[in-house]
Amino acid sequence: MAGQTKSRFDFGTLLRRPEFGALIGTIVVFVFFSVAGGEPFTDLGGWAAWLNVASELGIIALPVALIMIAGDLDLSVGSTIAAGGVTMAVVSGFFDVPTPIGVVAGLAFGALIGFINGIIIVRTNLPSFVVTLATQFAVFGLVLGLCKLITGTVAVNVKADEGVKAIFGTLLFGNFETAIVIWAVLALLVAWILIKTKYGNWIYAIGGDMVSAKATGIPVNKVRVWLFVGSGTASALVGVIQASLYDSAQVSGGASFVFNSIIAVVVGGVLLTGGYGSVVGVILGTMTFAIVSQGIFFTGWDSDWASLILGGLLLVAVLTNNTFRRLAFSSGKKKG
Amino acid sequence: MAKAKDSSAPILALNDVSKVFGGYRALHDVSLNVYPGQVLCLLGDNGAGKSTLIKVLSGFHQPTSGTLEWEGEEANFKSPKDANDRGIATVHQFGGTFPLMTIGRSFFVGVEPTKGWGPFKRFNKKYANETAVREMQALGITRVTDGDRLIGSLSGGERQASAIARAVHFGAKVLILDEPTAALGVKEATHVLRIIMQAKLKGIAVILVTHNVTHALTVGDHFAVLIRGEKADDFKKGERTREQITDLMAGGEAMAELEEELNTLTGTINRVN
Repeated sequence: MAGQTKSRFDFGTLLRRPEFGALIGTIVVFVFFSVAGGEPFTDLGGWAAWLNVASELGIIALPVALIMIAGDLDLSVGSTIAAGGVTMAVVSGFFDVPTPIGVVAGLAFGALIGFINGIIIVRTNLPSFVVTLATQFAVFGLVLGLCKLITGTVAVNVKADEGVKAIFGTLLFGNFETAIVIWAVLALLVAWILIKTKYGNWIYAIGGDMVSAKATGIPVNKVRVWLFVGSGTASALVGVIQASLYDSAQVSGGASFVFNSIIAVVVGGVLLTGGYGSVVGVILGTMTFAIVSQGIFFTGWDSDWASLILGGLLLVAVLTNNTFRRLAFSSGKKKG
Repeated sequence: MAKAKDSSAPILALNDVSKVFGGYRALHDVSLNVYPGQVLCLLGDNGAGKSTLIKVLSGFHQPTSGTLEWEGEEANFKSPKDANDRGIATVHQFGGTFPLMTIGRSFFVGVEPTKGWGPFKRFNKKYANETAVREMQALGITRVTDGDRLIGSLSGGERQASAIARAVHFGAKVLILDEPTAALGVKEATHVLRIIMQAKLKGIAVILVTHNVTHALTVGDHFAVLIRGEKADDFKKGERTREQITDLMAGGEAMAELEEELNTLTGTINRVN
């Protein structure tokens, strides 16, 4: 019969997957900081340090990866994090509404920001890069202005009730944020969407060639709007997590996530041009980022060096992604 | 009229179709008939309006004036999807348009097969891969056996074949091929022409856009030549010689004249040297 191939381990196939580069990157930085950081990096506290950072970044990197696979960018995640956290803090901390309602309000605000991003992008045909950059600034200004108007401060305290705290803001085993569990669940969900549903196929097709995707009948604009709603909601979720964890939300929180999420996604093998990427790769990219940015504290060196390493990693990742892409094009498997 | 001699009715017809873009008339009163089981070759130089014409046929553009008929009834293709749903499939020069997707996945873009139930409904990769490979092999592409290969790793001819196989599988009635052989070597082009004949024998109406007269004469049943947005000629197989067609495509200007002119030029150069 035609089309029957053994699912036998094939090193050549593995080499052609962009995740392979991401895997090597993760292993290299982990080994490096295990040696340089020694025992404190490799014990439970060390793992918690970088996994906590990875989980918050990862919750945003996953939906951002979907957006990038579909050929768009989202630069508004930073102020959306603040919007989610501050909304929850104002609703439940300042106005004393029960925290579950505050959480829902925060997430809804994030979803709304994503929806507005998406609608503007598909209606105006402007590059998502510009539109989301604009909303990043506009939302920051809006949250800052409203927060000062309502509460008179730029940092609002909130005491999450037990249920909300247990889900979003507890340290498991004294070290590990519950965000790690949320990240894992979200990763499974996104992987399912991407690999197992038709929507995954649509996302790849939209990133591959939007005009052809439209011609085959895919509701391209609807999918793109939903992807932005997804990243808006996930960003607000991180804001809620931070507010629950630290019992307060700041207007300025989250700005670093804008570029960090893109670094994580690109280091994870997602092509900047869209059309290709995987959840495994994005998880590895996120871990690599977190290991470098936290591992540096265990080495006793100035933490500024972490940015140098991350910048270098990003450059290497983009170059290897291009190489893997070429390898993928150089005719597939050998006969035999 | 020539069309009275055909036993079957046209599946798709254009009546005096014009298309104007902001004052520029890309198509001027073009009438065409497309018959099932025949290959219509659209010939013309660059900028003659071939692209505009196929975009009207595939629903990307709506005609400024004139009408379209689909299966004998006046029709209006509102969108590419609308044309697609009726059974008009367009294959572009580079065939499979999603180079980073697997053969199986790209074959079913927009019509993904699923298995399972409710929230566990999932993409049926095995079926997709097997069907895509089987349909490509049916068109003589025997080198492709693995549906997990990326479209981008296929040769130009194989990519054309995958796109044509897709159209055939989903029951296309009209297959529009935009310069399918332009980027191919001689051997691959021959293979694509053979696939076109296979599609034709299945009763599909093929519209072949090309400026390769040899390829057109090999598979074409009838021919239409466009010059500056107007239909300059419309004829059947055997009614024109190769020279006549080449002359027409050069914009009506006789090739012989051009050759003469070139001769005088080279003559001058030779003299200088």
